[in-house]
Amino acid sequence: MSERIETGADLLVVENLKAWYGDSRALQRIDLRVRSGQIATLVGRNGAGKTTTLRAIMGLVAREGSIRFQGRELVGLLPDAIARCGIAYCPEERGIFPGLTTEENLMLPPVLRPGGMSTAEVYSLFPNLHERRRSMGTRLSGGEQQMLAIGRILRIGAQLLLLDEPTEGLAPIIVEQIGVAIQALKARGFTILLVEQNLDFAQEISDAFWMIEDGQVVDQMDRTGVVDEAALSQFRKHLSL
Amino acid sequence: MIEILGVSSQALWGQLLIGLINGAFYALLSLGLAIIFGLLNIVNFAHGAQYMVGAFCAWIALNWFGVNYWVALILAPLVVGALGALMELLLLRRIRDLDHVYGLLLTFGAALLIEGSFRQFFGSAGLPYPMPEQLRGGRDLGFMVLPNYRAWVIVASAVVCLVTWLVIERTKLGAYLRAAMHNPSLLQAFGVRVPRMVTLTYAFGATLAGFGGVMAAPIYQVSPAMGSSTLIVVFAVVVIGGMGSIGGAMVTGFGLGLVEGLAKVFYPPASSTVIFAVMVIVLLLRPAGLFGRVA
Amino acid sequence: MTTGIITALGTASSNRWGRATWLGLIALALLLAAPFTGVYTEFVLHALCLALFASAFNLLFGFGGLLSFGHVAFFGSGAYTTAYALKVWGVTPEVGIVLGMLAATALGLVFGALAIRRQGIYFAMITLALAQLLYFLFVQAPFAGAEDGIQDVTRGRLFGLFDLDHPLAIYYVVVAICLGGLAVVQRVVQSPFGHVLEAIRENEARAISLGYRVNSYKLGVFTLSAALAGLAGSAKVLVLQLATLADVSWHLSGEVILMTLIGGVGTLAGPVIGAFVLVGLDTSLAESGIASGMVQGALFIACVLVLRRGIWGFFADRLERARTRH
Repeated sequence: MSERIETGADLLVVENLKAWYGDSRALQRIDLRVRSGQIATLVGRNGAGKTTTLRAIMGLVAREGSIRFQGRELVGLLPDAIARCGIAYCPEERGIFPGLTTEENLMLPPVLRPGGMSTAEVYSLFPNLHERRRSMGTRLSGGEQQMLAIGRILRIGAQLLLLDEPTEGLAPIIVEQIGVAIQALKARGFTILLVEQNLDFAQEISDAFWMIEDGQVVDQMDRTGVVDEAALSQFRKHLSL
Repeated sequence: MIEILGVSSQALWGQLLIGLINGAFYALLSLGLAIIFGLLNIVNFAHGAQYMVGAFCAWIALNWFGVNYWVALILAPLVVGALGALMELLLLRRIRDLDHVYGLLLTFGAALLIEGSFRQFFGSAGLPYPMPEQLRGGRDLGFMVLPNYRAWVIVASAVVCLVTWLVIERTKLGAYLRAAMHNPSLLQAFGVRVPRMVTLTYAFGATLAGFGGVMAAPIYQVSPAMGSSTLIVVFAVVVIGGMGSIGGAMVTGFGLGLVEGLAKVFYPPASSTVIFAVMVIVLLLRPAGLFGRVA
Repeated sequence: MTTGIITALGTASSNRWGRATWLGLIALALLLAAPFTGVYTEFVLHALCLALFASAFNLLFGFGGLLSFGHVAFFGSGAYTTAYALKVWGVTPEVGIVLGMLAATALGLVFGALAIRRQGIYFAMITLALAQLLYFLFVQAPFAGAEDGIQDVTRGRLFGLFDLDHPLAIYYVVVAICLGGLAVVQRVVQSPFGHVLEAIRENEARAISLGYRVNSYKLGVFTLSAALAGLAGSAKVLVLQLATLADVSWHLSGEVILMTLIGGVGTLAGPVIGAFVLVGLDTSLAESGIASGMVQGALFIACVLVLRRGIWGFFADRLERARTRH
């Protein structure tokens, strides 16, 4: 395992996390740490439990174990209380609300804490959204909907952003724009926990990788100054299994 | 005097007015049902009982405490709303994750319990509630005499419906509500206290029913059965309109009240069944309802 | 027929649940001996008619997954038709009962065809509204006798031979009718038709993809359930010798749901137990002067919150657990 880079203190510490959908167990045991200011990425095949991990952190599935955010235990809290702790969630399916315009969708999540981005800042990060602010949110293109889904959680005032597959099904040029935006968010001080299938994309922007298989963390890699090709090929092997 | 198809215009206008009043109650009640259904996915069988409790609150306020109509018009709906909130917290919340059928059975049970309790303590007979003094009498419009209280009922319910619609369609609060109807868990992940919203929404639906009940008190007699008989008609209204559209619920309510009024003029025996007959026709021609979308 | 009845009173599979079979046998013995024990037979018969009604409802709801809130329409149309035929046309009781069932079946076909056009809660509201439509028709129709209904119905002679005014004759005839109806419910549930219904209830989309004509099955079970509800209504007329607006009022639709819920939805014995419990309760409440709606409402709430499997479901679970422990 590679040497760690100190990017800050542990912001999120997940220990022995289990989760269920009804009676079926979706997470066996997840342990992971996300440091303040990092972009950490969960990789793994479909159905491995990446999305469930994000949903468990957000309190959207039945779970057990420990999730500490800034030292505060989140297991036992409702999703709205978790949001108020400073975590924001962007789901894989994007969840643009029908019947609301782009701007109404953007303005919908309440500002819970100081330090969030202003609407103008969000628009300058995603100029497309400004152009289409009066269109119905569900009428936007896939890439624009993704920008909207990310953009609307930036105003909340969260420190940790949970982004579930932000590049899924998007054209390469849009993927690149999203990548630039995510790096801009990191530069602005956001900590990001990403779920990503696109390893090339993740490799560009991530500081740490967590490999998930069958609801467990099976490998972990930090990005050093030089990309560790051996570890990376190990990761790729996992994914192609 | 002008006659249309052998019916004097005086009688026609009079019945249309009564139809419009019934329609006002249908609109108020189906609006509340639609809002509750939208967020809780529950057909609120207790809606009729809540309407009846509103009327009884006004009656009790007047006869026991000497509280007049206007104060009761504010207080009674609030009492009914508070009872609704309590019901959501104590009962409905426990069955949120179960099949929707249980919500229907639970609220039906609550309706029986509430109606039975009032029957136990107040008897089955109708109790009269006097018109508020300010609204007695009427004005001659030339083609008919318009009783003041009836005019007030129509205007007041139309205003309440319209304001509710505007709040839901045009305000931030309404945007939350619409978002919660679509994806409550995501909205909650954004930090909105959705469980509290659910309680307040149910309470608001009950409040609308209670408001309807107070308005109805001076027109119909106050009795334990007044709610259930009205509610069954409102269900037909809701099947006709479809609960997917808040605006549609109101339009259908007023419209069917008028249809009922017309039936009273041209073929009185059909007046109690005409709305059900319309429901049958709509089911045959447009199964999803007038404002519904095919699932 | 007896074995059918025993399993009908027991549960879906008598082989598996020996104790249930024994309970069924005991119940049957008690039922047959009842006239000689001094119990009030009219009470037993009334409860038995409602047990058949509840079982018919349960066939639709518990096994077909369709919640009808207007089942009283079929009970009531059966009752009124039989009462009218017996009293005005002077037909023999078996003809009266067949006519009542036919009326309920025809009505079930029409209401069912309308109601299955929508699903879930709309289905419940449509059936309720249709039943109310029928209620208002009976309020106005000249033959239905308005508020009085049809009273003093003559029972007549079965097949022109047996005088049903004899207490034992009416008792065993109605017992036979109701047990026969229950046996039909049991046979249907265990038939291939019943298995398809179960598949539809579990997963309608999957049943459609397997090529089942789901709507035909729904309409089929709806009509069958209506016919049996009609039979219950007709039998009730033989017992109480009257048909009134109470037989078409929505309250009774609610009661039949409550009986099924109390006894155990989706079990064969549940509705029978529920019917006896509720009729017994209503009788004692009538003497106490407590509004029955209050108690029924509280029972509804209690069933939904804590006793969703009903009395029979609760004991069946216990029996099952005791068995698996051996």
